[in-house]
Amino acid sequence: MTANAEVTRGATRETGRGRTLAEKIIARAAGRPHATPGDIVTVAVDLAMAHDSSGPRRWRPHLEALGVGLWDPDKVVIVSDHYVPAVDAASAAILKDVRDFVRAYGVTRFFDMRGISHAVMPEHGLLRPGMLCAGGDSHSPHGGAFGCFIAGFGATDMTAIAVTGETWLTVPATRRVAWNGRFQDGVSAKDVMLFLAREIGAENHNLVIEYAGDTVAAMSMEERMTLCNMAAELGADTGIVEPDATTLAHIRAHGGAVDDAALDAWRSDADAAYHSAFAFDAAALAPQIAAPHFPGNSSSVADMNRVRIDQAYIGACVGAKYEDLAMAARVLEGRTVRDGVRLLIAPATTKVTEQAAKSGVLATLTQAGGILLPSGCGACAGMGHGLLAAGDVCISTTNRNFQGRMGHKDAFVYLGSPYSVASAAVAGEIVDPRAYLS
Amino acid sequence: MSAAAPARAWVFGDNIDTDVLAPGHLMKLAPDDLARHCLEAVNPDFAPNVRPGDVLIAGRNFGLGSSREQAAVSLKRLGLKAVIARSFARIFFRNAINLGLPAFAYDADLPIADGDPIALDVPAGRLDIVNTGGVVALPALAPALTDILDAGGLMPLLERRLKAERSAT
Repeated sequence: MTANAEVTRGATRETGRGRTLAEKIIARAAGRPHATPGDIVTVAVDLAMAHDSSGPRRWRPHLEALGVGLWDPDKVVIVSDHYVPAVDAASAAILKDVRDFVRAYGVTRFFDMRGISHAVMPEHGLLRPGMLCAGGDSHSPHGGAFGCFIAGFGATDMTAIAVTGETWLTVPATRRVAWNGRFQDGVSAKDVMLFLAREIGAENHNLVIEYAGDTVAAMSMEERMTLCNMAAELGADTGIVEPDATTLAHIRAHGGAVDDAALDAWRSDADAAYHSAFAFDAAALAPQIAAPHFPGNSSSVADMNRVRIDQAYIGACVGAKYEDLAMAARVLEGRTVRDGVRLLIAPATTKVTEQAAKSGVLATLTQAGGILLPSGCGACAGMGHGLLAAGDVCISTTNRNFQGRMGHKDAFVYLGSPYSVASAAVAGEIVDPRAYLS
Repeated sequence: MSAAAPARAWVFGDNIDTDVLAPGHLMKLAPDDLARHCLEAVNPDFAPNVRPGDVLIAGRNFGLGSSREQAAVSLKRLGLKAVIARSFARIFFRNAINLGLPAFAYDADLPIADGDPIALDVPAGRLDIVNTGGVVALPALAPALTDILDAGGLMPLLERRLKAERSAT
């Protein structure tokens, strides 16, 4: 009996003939009437994003050898977020090369040390329903919250996209994952994803995860981003949420232009032929913790209680958005981090820091003893501040806890929601955050 | 008999991720230096002892995690002839093909132990297990992917395509 046996679920194979949202977007980008799962198609890319690690430094030698530029500099977004800020001459050189590239190739959308790419793009209204986007990073599915198809690619694929504006895809089938009901206080989208990493596994290959149900409809855009971001941990091509009024309001509030007609154009047909469908009860979900070294190695917090920690890390695209910091602040209000524990906070973007400073969230975090780090991929990518020594135990709001990812191969990383990470920072051990909410 | 020369099989389990293939904190190293740390967290004998032409055989979901191409680059630099796994993570699979590293998905247990001699004929998709005389037919890749492998990777293919476009105009 698993810790979540109370959560109902069932998989059914739908037999409809309609199209899913992901299939409609791919068909449009491929210039075909339909995109059928399993077919290999060539698609036109509406927006390509790359960062300082996998982008310009990998692209440039090929562009020079081929004697070509970018297919459309206005459709290329470059974000320096991995080696930021420079900590040595090598990382400084990487960042300098990115700036040189942006100038030389006429890139108009460049974000230098402003935060993590996936979190930066929505802050500028760059992602809209129906777009087909390519991201040079595995957590690109983050942007699927906006009803676009956005998948991650490696550097060579991205180089070819930068030159030609197109790529090939094996059309994925769609797996519908519905959540209905209201979360208990102290439970969030992160718990959903740690639960799903165990329950539907890390091998959702050749699938898009379409999140649905009234729980998702009630979620903020940031919480939907958490769902889509960690479709990567499910092994899916990407995650997606059908756009609604919340989606359009967010895009418009961040300078993007989008027509109301997008709501009708970019949704799955009522009789869409899903690969499979799951339904879960949000009210029955307890906070989830993933033990080392795998996101799917998760269980309800009750099974992880009392694991002693050395470090609590609030960071990454998935776990340091404004609302993530606000969740941590609800726990840390009037409390202090346990002696001997270090709480490190790397807001996902500089705008998040600004927002948290204005609202008072930042002061709550630092008054509790939290240590503020620069915005960027940081320790989550094994590149920034806050790496771990052999034997260190860390609980983190990040999305993956593979062996050696955050430093030494003999460090131990647990994953949890911002509520769970902040509560552990106070208690010095993993505890149920529902007892720590103020 | 297969025409392919015998080589060593390096056998790994399920969920071999990109952080053990190419550790993040070492990503500033030159590719050959990074490759020396490939898989050291799970088998420290691998990188120092692997020889060109050897074949990596793994379980499910090989290459999950990051988009970092260095995971596939490291295997290529170490001279691996191919990776055979029960299943591949999407981005790693694309990266391998794009770099000209054959990746075969074979979703059944192979009766091969770590260190066993095997012979792999990539174009024929034929795997010979030397000790038992067993022969395994590996599933063929889609033609679009074979085109990339045959060209030596996506960049050589793109170069060829651009040259053809230029000479046509």
